[in-house]
Amino acid sequence: MEDKPTPTESQQSRQNAWASPVKSMRVGEVSSEAVNLNVEGRRITGPVQGFGQMWQKTYRINLIGKKVPAKDLIREWKANFAKFWPKNNTFYGPQGSITPGDVAVLNLAGPGGITAPGGKPVISTGIMVVYADDESFSFLTPEGHMFAAMITFSAAEENDLTTAQIQALIRASDPFFEMMCRIGMGHRMEDTFWFQTLRNLAAHFGASGEPTLERVLVDPSVQWSEARNIRWNSGIRTFFYLLGTPFRWVGDRLKAR
Amino acid sequence: MVTTTLTTHVRELTGNTSVIEIKGEVNAQAEKALMDAYNQVTGKGAHNILLDFSQLEYMNSSGIGLLVTLLIRVKRQNQRLLACGLSDHYRQIFDLTRLNEAITIYPTTQDALAALK
Repeated sequence: MEDKPTPTESQQSRQNAWASPVKSMRVGEVSSEAVNLNVEGRRITGPVQGFGQMWQKTYRINLIGKKVPAKDLIREWKANFAKFWPKNNTFYGPQGSITPGDVAVLNLAGPGGITAPGGKPVISTGIMVVYADDESFSFLTPEGHMFAAMITFSAAEENDLTTAQIQALIRASDPFFEMMCRIGMGHRMEDTFWFQTLRNLAAHFGASGEPTLERVLVDPSVQWSEARNIRWNSGIRTFFYLLGTPFRWVGDRLKAR
Repeated sequence: MVTTTLTTHVRELTGNTSVIEIKGEVNAQAEKALMDAYNQVTGKGAHNILLDFSQLEYMNSSGIGLLVTLLIRVKRQNQRLLACGLSDHYRQIFDLTRLNEAITIYPTTQDALAALK
């Protein structure tokens, strides 16, 4: 039998930057405050599986006024990922730094940061961390997320200037979300979200800077074969879940008697 | 300073099938080398484009993103993208990212050729 070469420590560490394949997402313990919907048991999707036009969107911010080594920036970003999110949006991930294989529940506000009554999210969905090393980390999304996407967070240093970058390779998951994108609402929500995240990240390091966006339409066509993804639509499902809240509340009271 | 760590070599296997041999690392810096190789095989009229990963040293998530954009370009030209020579580890990555649903994977170049006949 042929012996396979043993990977070196460095090769092993690079291999460990990837999550192991999973059939479907499994949510670990999350805060009782979280609306935990549309993640458990869902399959991972990437831009290949989405419905809408494929965009590559690159958000960048130069950290002006502070010298931050790129690796330090990524370490801090991974350790405090949830902290940099815009108001009314919550990332419920496992404790500690971003790690390959982590599954997080996302409670997202609607356009302009609006929430449902009681401060509840407009959309409950999630992500899975598929890759994380010292220089970058990446997420894929579950079925029903607004975007079938791969999102990569990275940092680079050039001419004494550190730049933080978020690159999203995305397709709207289904016809409903694609329609939101076509009327400008979906992309505007996403752009506002990541701009604020980058501003918060820069502020964390005591740096200033204004985010920029570069958009490339990779594929102008839609994939009709993926139109049925609408059955997983996290916005619609969260809406009906919230609509049922008073009935669940009454049901719980009756059960308790 | 960021350096390019990918080299490609293009070979014509049959009249409509070409192989792009990938050597080194596929990451964000590999875009030019990979797209140049794609343009070269397309210029020769290839319909089937086989990516040979047997000399792949490393691929990060940006590299996967690059393969997705290459896949879209290939589809828009009505071409087919195939892969061979992936190690068990990278087969798992294709599985994880569901790229294996869009790119047919073969163990070797010969297997890919046999399947295309």
